[in-house]
Amino acid sequence: MKGLLHTPYFTSLVTVLLLVVMLGLGGAAYPGLLSTQVIFNLLIDNAFLLVIAVGMTFVIVSGGIDLSVGSVLALSTMIAAWLLHVAHWPPLLVIVTVLALGTVFGAGMGALIHYFKLQPFIVTLAGMFLARGLCYLISINSITIDDPLFVAMSQTQLGLLGGFVSPGVVIAVVTLLLAIWLAHATPFGRAVYAIGGNEQSALMMGLPVGRTKVFIYAFSGFCASLGGVLFSFYMLSGYGLHAQGTELDAIAAVVIGGTLLSGGYGYVAGALSGVLVLGTIQTLIAFDGTLSSWWTKIVIGGLLFVFCVVQRLMAMGQKTTKGS
Amino acid sequence: MSLSTPSSAPLARPASFTGNTVLHHPLSRPLAALFLLLLVDLFAIPGFFHLEVRDGHLYGSVIDIVNRAAPLMLAALGMTLVIATRGIDISVGAVVALSGTVAAMLIGGTMVMDNGVATYVSNIPMGWALAAALGAALLCGAWNGVLVAGLGLQPIVATLILMVAGRGLAQLLTDGQIVTVYYQPYFFIGSGYLFGLPFSLFLVAAVFIITAVLMRKTALGLFIQAVGINPVAARLAGIRTATLIFFVYVFCAACAGLSGLMISSNIKSADANNAGLMLELDAILAVTLGGTSLAGGKFSLVGSMIGALIIQTLTYTIYSLGVPPEVNMVVKSVVVFLVCLSQSSEFKQLLHRRKA
Repeated sequence: MKGLLHTPYFTSLVTVLLLVVMLGLGGAAYPGLLSTQVIFNLLIDNAFLLVIAVGMTFVIVSGGIDLSVGSVLALSTMIAAWLLHVAHWPPLLVIVTVLALGTVFGAGMGALIHYFKLQPFIVTLAGMFLARGLCYLISINSITIDDPLFVAMSQTQLGLLGGFVSPGVVIAVVTLLLAIWLAHATPFGRAVYAIGGNEQSALMMGLPVGRTKVFIYAFSGFCASLGGVLFSFYMLSGYGLHAQGTELDAIAAVVIGGTLLSGGYGYVAGALSGVLVLGTIQTLIAFDGTLSSWWTKIVIGGLLFVFCVVQRLMAMGQKTTKGS
Repeated sequence: MSLSTPSSAPLARPASFTGNTVLHHPLSRPLAALFLLLLVDLFAIPGFFHLEVRDGHLYGSVIDIVNRAAPLMLAALGMTLVIATRGIDISVGAVVALSGTVAAMLIGGTMVMDNGVATYVSNIPMGWALAAALGAALLCGAWNGVLVAGLGLQPIVATLILMVAGRGLAQLLTDGQIVTVYYQPYFFIGSGYLFGLPFSLFLVAAVFIITAVLMRKTALGLFIQAVGINPVAARLAGIRTATLIFFVYVFCAACAGLSGLMISSNIKSADANNAGLMLELDAILAVTLGGTSLAGGKFSLVGSMIGALIIQTLTYTIYSLGVPPEVNMVVKSVVVFLVCLSQSSEFKQLLHRRKA
């Protein structure tokens, strides 16, 4: 047991275990919970969160934080809806434009963070304000999306194992796989981990620290706008109030998924387990029916707390064992 | 050791008594920004500086701005000390919601017909309700303090937990409903008048004076600066770093709690969903506008007050000029970018290179 406690993937393992226990207990209490479709619904409802959490994992592994993702998501839904509804652009061009804008937005914040040595936290906080503000500049009301492609993406059901998933889930899973490859099999991924471990050392090793950091935030911006596209498939509307507080859910998912907040350590795949844990909490509360939905926030806060403390205690423990 | 000089005086820059002193005073930039805004108002908004006495109360745009800035000023005061220790507290908005909710629920207020006269009575004596609300805020602060100072979590993460859960807790208490208060004396905190001026101003002034005296007349201000500049060195020098950090988070939450009382008393209800939403961002903005560096160490309480006034004046100006209020957020965010850039030495070097 003691050996297991010190294996690098210990917290990730705990999360998976937690997920199994939660689903198991839920399944015992509410017979319908373990049906294939309910599990698939976890993915359908949280596809956008998964994509955002994937981008956030890179940022957190590099030792930074991106608070702007929820607002960039909302802005993306807003721009997409406006381009479709008012400017009548073709849907594919709209999607490409939105993704490009999100990437540029992220890259801009990354450049400020790297070249002017500003704190990621404050830059992305300002980015959060800016993106939300821009939403309201476009319109303070929600804009409906009735483009045939978006509607089709929202209503298509892809049969799988007796249930169905939405195209959004496929996109999210592909993004996840791509990100896992990016993090664990490319020089870029290695540089991200190195920067998170120790930026000075990464610089001395000759890694392209600046380029990598800008790319990380650009990637997070890309993921946020892709999340926005998935969200607009899901909601079929653009609205400035969409996805408020999603940045916190994403951070919570990443941390619960076993990524160290201090940077340098974690798995991209952890984003999936983190998102599933958050989704399961929501589903359990929905199945229970007597608990008010505010409990979701409290439980997420509680879980975040437990995982942060465990991370911290493990870090302390490692120091003492190394010291002795 | 004398702390009679403003605690905001940058330690790195030697004091010079040339004509540049005024320009280089840390408060010169925020004051200039405020002055510029007021100048715009003077020309763009007719009767901006007009004051009149109505029912023995002073009325006017300026009073209105200062009155509305009061909760933000309180939150910014607490945030200043937290940022001075290199920390950050993003749970301020949640604490505002929580303390307002506790107070509103405990006071409640029901109408009783007493000999045909409608009078309102509170559920429990108001003093107890206020104490309970502030107690809840103090607990929040202690929680943050233990996580940051005791466990050594990063401040943004430690306070993130309360930011998520705190509002959830407030919503749970009220069942997601807005709790209305019907108790006259409670309204005095947020909208009462004393000597013709809004009562909230006196509250802010009292907290400000107590804090300023603590910071300047005792060694506390110096200790907080020391922790902010180098926590390890401060600890080795014999400062009880952990206790100090714990204290600033408790203080910040107490300020937020008081600000929550002010807000809920002003709107005569507690709205767990919206009370204090984004207040933490405004407070951080006020502190940075006031010249306190986010890197910790140097701080200015007066600067934060000016920063809060700048934000409120900006909001007022935007509304009065007929610009859609949506622009407000964009303007604020651009201001944050500019302020951060102006603090960045790399940016200054870039500008110097351009000039040369």
